[in-house]
Amino acid sequence: MFLSRTLLKRRSVLPGFDLALGFTVLYLCFIVLIPLSAAFLKTFTLTWPEFWDTVTSPRVMASYRLTFGASFVAALANAFFGLIIAWVLVRYEFFGKRFIDALVDLPFALPTAVAGIALTALYASNGWIGQYLALVGLKVSYTPLGVFVALTFIGLPFVVRTLQPVLEDLQKEIEEAAATLGATRWQTFSRVLFPIMMPALLTGFALAFARALGEYGSVIFIAGNMPLVSEITPLLIITKLEQYDYAGATAIAVVLLVVSFVMLLAINMIQAWARKRQGG
Amino acid sequence: MTTLNSVNTPMTAVSLPQPRKSALDATAEPVWVRWVLIGTALGFLTLFLFVPLVAVFVEALKKGVDVYLAAIVDPDALSAIKLTLMAALVSVPLNVVFGLAAAWAIAKFDFHGKNLVLTLIDLPFSVSPVIVGLIYMLVFGLQGWFGEWLRDHDLKIVFAVPGIVLATVFVTFPFVARELIPLMQAQGQEQEEAARVLGASGWQMFRRVTLPNVKWALLYGVILCNARAMGEFGAVSVVSGHIRGQTNTMPLHIEILYNEYQFAAAFAVASLLAGLALVTMALKYIVERRVKREVRLASENQGISS
Repeated sequence: MFLSRTLLKRRSVLPGFDLALGFTVLYLCFIVLIPLSAAFLKTFTLTWPEFWDTVTSPRVMASYRLTFGASFVAALANAFFGLIIAWVLVRYEFFGKRFIDALVDLPFALPTAVAGIALTALYASNGWIGQYLALVGLKVSYTPLGVFVALTFIGLPFVVRTLQPVLEDLQKEIEEAAATLGATRWQTFSRVLFPIMMPALLTGFALAFARALGEYGSVIFIAGNMPLVSEITPLLIITKLEQYDYAGATAIAVVLLVVSFVMLLAINMIQAWARKRQGG
Repeated sequence: MTTLNSVNTPMTAVSLPQPRKSALDATAEPVWVRWVLIGTALGFLTLFLFVPLVAVFVEALKKGVDVYLAAIVDPDALSAIKLTLMAALVSVPLNVVFGLAAAWAIAKFDFHGKNLVLTLIDLPFSVSPVIVGLIYMLVFGLQGWFGEWLRDHDLKIVFAVPGIVLATVFVTFPFVARELIPLMQAQGQEQEEAARVLGASGWQMFRRVTLPNVKWALLYGVILCNARAMGEFGAVSVVSGHIRGQTNTMPLHIEILYNEYQFAAAFAVASLLAGLALVTMALKYIVERRVKREVRLASENQGISS
């Protein structure tokens, strides 16, 4: 009763608002909000210098460089290939297209640990793919390059699945108009179609990047986990936990959480911008 | 004839692009561009998605069917399978109830703070799995908020099954709600209001009107939720304590086998999860089309009625 009287903007004949919203908020608090607040409260047991030293120690700094760098490059690769894959799936007809379309979801459906060991075996120097890369002197498994491969695998569906609906909704008339006005196909793509796809592409890129930052399961098998070289930030949280350094683990976690929340905000802003542009 | 020509000639003189052979050409890429794009897409997908998937099954059967079967009927593997099924069996229904409640409140009522609730529901997706494990350690671990109280009452949450279930619930939190909310928003309130006016009780309205309307979206959410629940690694790894035969889920069992260099056994267990992923993808593909069509139909109907 309290909830419906204070929060509802309009009275409704439908029942169950108090029960539904009450349960939603309660469940949200117990499962998500209260445990998350524990992370922030725990860091207050550290003094500022202690916190700063933990989150800027050389090993942690090296892990940020790897995590952010590999995530960024992987998200870029996803944006590039994702755009091509989405385009091909929407625009062209070819044998096995429906199978390919379903296959794009594999990284969502395949458990990360399974992806991790499969990629490691493939890209090891005696693996199916790794043996050919070894011929040109390229080592992937147990190097930072392996981190990039795993993160590219994980992020691919984000770009494809955000772009596909936008491409499907594109009206042929726009392209016909461009062609009538004398644009070449490339000009139509780069000046007309690409700007329309840009917000979705950016959203997909940001989603892939955000997911890659926190990824753990697929990366730890292939990374080799050498301190200062191929350790990702989530792994350092686990390492600290195993040494019973809860405060240290939490300090690093808070840095990662803040970055994730900023990414979430950025994604929401991109989407709001996209909606406004579509409406206008 | 002559007048037409006199109009046309000066135009070609300004060297406009050559008239195209057909309307199709104007809005399509040259054939070679098409093939390069299709080739790039297929090459990338083969290398990054298809080959790893095949590799799981090939590696699993590398040492023969006997080794494969032995790895799966191993008592530790069986207990890991049981625990994985149980974690999914608890967390999926919990998130279904939550998803229905959240979608009912958000889609059918207009209230202050709706956007905040919507953002918070999505929050678990942006939290690293490792951090999910960490926060439950901070709350229920021995050094955590309730650690001593739990120890005094002989209760165990982390390094035990409840912790694994909690971590699974967290990482699968938004799946069902996210599928239901847009559909129920598109469907509007009219049908439920009609049921109420005709004298249906709240429960009758829910069971006979709302539930049938959202059944495909609900199934879709359950499929996604279940896949993630069975495959979660990072969050569960932190809270499980890796006690063999007791708190090992399938992904954790794979990790242990892999680290012990029992590759064939690790891939054997992994192949079960890869099989689950294939089933998930097939179901998703079938159900997704229905859900998309329902959302589109519902929003078109709303467009006509409003």
